[in-house]
Amino acid sequence: MEELRKKARELLESQAVKVIIGYGKGSSDQARTVFIRKPEAVDKLIQDESCVQNLAVYLLKPEVKALGKPAIVAKPAVLRTILQLASENQIKDGELVVLGISPDNKLIEFPDLKAVEDYVSGLSFEYSDADKALLEKLEKMDRAERFKFWQEQFSKCIKCYACRASCPLCYCSRCVVECNQPQWIPVAPHQVGNLEWHIVRAMHLAGRCVNCGDCGRACPVGIPVHLLGEKLAEEIFKSFGLKSGTKVQGEYALGSWKLEDKEDFIR
Amino acid sequence: MSELNIYKPYLMRIEKIIDEAPGIKTFRLLFVNEEEGKNFSFKAGQFGEYSVFGEGECTFCIASSPTRKGYIECTFRQAGRVTTALANREVGEIIGFRGPYGNIFPLESWEKKSLLFIAGGIALPPLRCVIWNALDWRERFKDITIIYGARTVADLVYKYELEEWSKRGDLKLITTVDPGGETPDWKGEIGFVPTVLEKASPSSENTIALVCGPPIMIKLTLPVLAKLGFKPEDTFTTLENRMKCGLGKCGRCNVGKFYVCKDGPVFTLAQLNTLPAEY
Amino acid sequence: MEIERKLLKKGSLGKLFEKITASGRRILAPVQDGENIFFKEVCSPEEVAKDYIQTTLSAKSAVFPACEKLFEYKFEGREVKIEDRDLNFKPTVIFGLRPCDARSFSALNAVFSWDYQDELFKKRLERTAVIGLSCGKADEYCFCTSVGGGPGDSQGSDILLTQIGSGDYLAEVITEKGKELVAISPELFEPAGDQDKEKYLAKLPKQFELKALSEKLPGLFNNTELWIEQSLRCLGCGACAFVCPACVCFDIQDEAKRDGGVRLRCWDSCGFSLFTLHTSGHNPREVQNQRWRQRVMHKFSYFNDRLGVIGCVGCGRCSRICPADMNLLEHLKAIAEAGK
Repeated sequence: MEELRKKARELLESQAVKVIIGYGKGSSDQARTVFIRKPEAVDKLIQDESCVQNLAVYLLKPEVKALGKPAIVAKPAVLRTILQLASENQIKDGELVVLGISPDNKLIEFPDLKAVEDYVSGLSFEYSDADKALLEKLEKMDRAERFKFWQEQFSKCIKCYACRASCPLCYCSRCVVECNQPQWIPVAPHQVGNLEWHIVRAMHLAGRCVNCGDCGRACPVGIPVHLLGEKLAEEIFKSFGLKSGTKVQGEYALGSWKLEDKEDFIR
Repeated sequence: MSELNIYKPYLMRIEKIIDEAPGIKTFRLLFVNEEEGKNFSFKAGQFGEYSVFGEGECTFCIASSPTRKGYIECTFRQAGRVTTALANREVGEIIGFRGPYGNIFPLESWEKKSLLFIAGGIALPPLRCVIWNALDWRERFKDITIIYGARTVADLVYKYELEEWSKRGDLKLITTVDPGGETPDWKGEIGFVPTVLEKASPSSENTIALVCGPPIMIKLTLPVLAKLGFKPEDTFTTLENRMKCGLGKCGRCNVGKFYVCKDGPVFTLAQLNTLPAEY
Repeated sequence: MEIERKLLKKGSLGKLFEKITASGRRILAPVQDGENIFFKEVCSPEEVAKDYIQTTLSAKSAVFPACEKLFEYKFEGREVKIEDRDLNFKPTVIFGLRPCDARSFSALNAVFSWDYQDELFKKRLERTAVIGLSCGKADEYCFCTSVGGGPGDSQGSDILLTQIGSGDYLAEVITEKGKELVAISPELFEPAGDQDKEKYLAKLPKQFELKALSEKLPGLFNNTELWIEQSLRCLGCGACAFVCPACVCFDIQDEAKRDGGVRLRCWDSCGFSLFTLHTSGHNPREVQNQRWRQRVMHKFSYFNDRLGVIGCVGCGRCSRICPADMNLLEHLKAIAEAGK
């Protein structure tokens, strides 16, 4: 924590960056995002297990961009997000300073995004035990049971779009649900509308989602939407050998074609 | 509308469609239920929610005068989903209409005054309603002046009515097009509306000014009106905002604490000056 | 009507539920669902969640559903036939509604009964009775006392239950509707002794002065810096509006089927950028700080100015579920105390 604060203070004092996007103390035992602009305020920064939100979601927000060049506190999931955003041309080297946080909470400074890529290649990303158990449970179900599970889950959905808002990769300025000519996805929260929304979102994120889990955490009614991303990431790797958020110039699985691509999903 | 269901529209049959200008049409609508038509009344300035069943609803003013019974008219530009669906309708088809909503131009309180109408482009429809209403009550008002301009000659709406008005002896009509928008046989003015207004220099004495137009035109017209001596309480305009229910419940159209659908769409300049910049 | 005090033994709840169901009413009560609590239809008190502070979603959908049919239409050749809604809603008893949520019905009603009468809402509200449940505890997100309510407030409840030491309930019968409920099984409601209700209520001091806040707000409209600072971490989702018992903004959508379709009303949020977007592309609230400002001003200034009711009951749900930890109470305190 001290190293982080020290580095943050240095960056602000030298005006190398205008804002530090990091975690501060939040309500209850949560952490919340803080935007530190004054060197004296760096003591607000904390770094512990309560710091879970994917901060990269703020990198593309107009009001945050207006603050100036940021430094972002980036634990492994955030590092992967940054790489994915870079391979989608949303951020470039030199536009931000990445203050990496290792799995054991140590500060890592990266001179550029390539260094982030090298570092990430050495990390292993595991799903949580709870998620693994639930994924296994779903694997064991037959199609009808599995569909019933998801229909029940989606019947709780109130279409608040917290899942979309908390996802750093859902940055479309006009989301597909906001298109009304035609209205691809019904607006109202009913069975068909909810199913369509979640399926379309999962497909738009397939091959891009970095499995940070923020969507599941954000859902106010407790739908494990992040599981869709986790399962699809497995499928993408199985079918195309690609993993999101691992390269500065990553390949988009569903947008690139090779002769060797298997077609066994066409039945 | 059903007393019980405030969201249920009247069924209206399209009796006439007029192509006013590129992308702009006028519909004349009759009530499918004649009884409803007989009981329907409204005042100048009010609007309605016009719907295409299956596509949605859209907000336009009622462009015909309340003095003409049995039908209502609306004029719209094809822009989004519902207006495109409307533009594709044919004579004889049925659309929905909910209304009348909103506040009014207090025409009845303007007796013995002169009226100055200033409009630009697609913004003539909200004033057209008042113009015909005033002309149907012509003896109540002193002078009536209409200044109307559009980008090009083709963009002028109600061309046939402009003809009619120019032939009447009881009003002064000045039409104009933007420089470059004239055709070889154009006999009207050439210039932006605020410029033409300044040139015409109508008297502000005992006169009510009604202004409707694109934001830029309003912005440049208001100072000219002020220069000519028009008071903010005697200058009227209309506001637009995204609407859904039209009756003050869905919470969408508010400008500060005022709902455009209830406290508007008609506002005096004096009121407008108190509104926060949220429209 | 003067409040009548009765005693409802905890063992009598089962019989009460039975009698209510037998009278043709359905019972909605908080039910545990994993880590969340939702209002669901129940038949017995065993299904009801125990020992919780607040439910995840409010009971708003009982009177104002998330998705509601306004009418159905059918195409018959060139003609259109509109089928009106059936307003014959099943009578409902909401059991275990917290006092804050009970107060929210007057905020909802203020909108739907103002000017044009919204029969869909009114008929539902008419057929809904509330058996409220006072709060023995509160958490740091609750602030009902700061907006004119309290853990034992009776406004909006037809019967208000307060659980006393023995586990039984002090039942205050507040309204005529409450009396009707008691009349379904009067033997279950014994005369109360001199139980002190206050003793069993959570202690929740006021956190800010509502009057100071409401007076400051109009003047703060143009203080863009304040709104930017407060909303920097807001993600612009609609979760706060949708879990809020007093938020009532809605959208109207047509859904077409082959020979007809429906016009629906569904919940909407001023937090979405699409909310005020004109077809022309112009958006009066283009950036999030303007939308955050709208949320605060609407609930704490405009609502009261227009309808005489505050648009917030202090239930704290918005802050509990906010993915960005906006914490409305903190922001309100900051505004109320600004300039001191």
